[in-house]
Amino acid sequence: MPEFGDIWVYLAAAPLLWLTLTLVAYLGGVWLNRKLNGNPLVHPVLVAMLVLISLLLLTGTSYDTYFEGAQFIHFLLGPATVALAIPLYDNLRQVRELLWPLLLACVAGVTVAVGSAVGVAWMLGGHGETLLSLAPKSVTTPIAMGIAEQIGGLPSLAAGIVLVTGAVGAVAAGPLFRLAGIRDERAQGFALGIAAHGFGTAHALTIGLRAGAFAGLGLGMAGLLTAFLLPLVARFLAG
Amino acid sequence: MLQGLALIFICQLAGETLVRLLGVPVPGPVAGMVILLAGLVLAGGPGESLRRAGTGLLGYLTLFFVPAGVGLVTHGSRLATDWLPILAAIVVSTLSTMLLVGWLVGRRAPPEHGPEPGPGPGPGPGPGPGPEARRNA
Repeated sequence: MPEFGDIWVYLAAAPLLWLTLTLVAYLGGVWLNRKLNGNPLVHPVLVAMLVLISLLLLTGTSYDTYFEGAQFIHFLLGPATVALAIPLYDNLRQVRELLWPLLLACVAGVTVAVGSAVGVAWMLGGHGETLLSLAPKSVTTPIAMGIAEQIGGLPSLAAGIVLVTGAVGAVAAGPLFRLAGIRDERAQGFALGIAAHGFGTAHALTIGLRAGAFAGLGLGMAGLLTAFLLPLVARFLAG
Repeated sequence: MLQGLALIFICQLAGETLVRLLGVPVPGPVAGMVILLAGLVLAGGPGESLRRAGTGLLGYLTLFFVPAGVGLVTHGSRLATDWLPILAAIVVSTLSTMLLVGWLVGRRAPPEHGPEPGPGPGPGPGPGPGPEARRNA
């Protein structure tokens, strides 16, 4: 009968172990989130990240080894980004009557999101790659990671920052809109989509379907605008 | 569903190829999204197979973030030195962006007309966000 240590050596080298653990940790996160009535701070992704990071540290496994298994899940981010075109198309008709206010708000919102994030971090002594990883923080994770990679930031750091951004936005939205007297559902939804991507979109759907549709639109527009403009700005600043 | 999945992969492949050919600093999948969107506008909407494949992928979108998120484990020392600027930047930037966008759109939007396209947010405990509600984190 082989020792557990021998089996562990075999399992730890095969991609199946960490692929399976990633799925199980995520499902555990979904379960916990339901138990706590969908509290945005207990998002399945955050739970899974915490569990897996703890496991890696406890077993002394390197991220490279983990990623050999997890890459099969990671790969699907690309096709999922492409698929965002479908909800974007579904919301296209609603844009027409509000086209100019939405475009203006999107440009202003993306500028403030990027500018204030980089500005605040810079003032507080953040370093180069940290700043570049913060720049795409408000857009949906697959796009943010792509941008961070393009402009010389750290994609995995950007992904973590994006996830925390979403949780902050979803938690703050209710009190913030009440204080500022922003009652229009379309405005609330669009603001959530621009500032807090999919996390915000999920929260907007709890306000109403119209808010959810406008959040999905904001998510797509902010993602596209940031993806096209930020690398150009970064290249300009670097050159 | 398989046709739809193939179509999505083809758009991504076209996007990756295009950004390399043109040398533009845009992520390949984002270019693929634009290509698919243009195709949808031309075709007048997604077919059954594409919609099923797309909805399926987006339904599990949050799962796909996990491997990259775990990569934070490699940034322990950076987080130890830079956690304050990172956290402050996230909070200030997210709140100010949400406030500005909400105010800009709310100010210019004509009064909302027509009933809510579906069950409105009534008082009391609603059904809460379904699985699709948190698909785009």
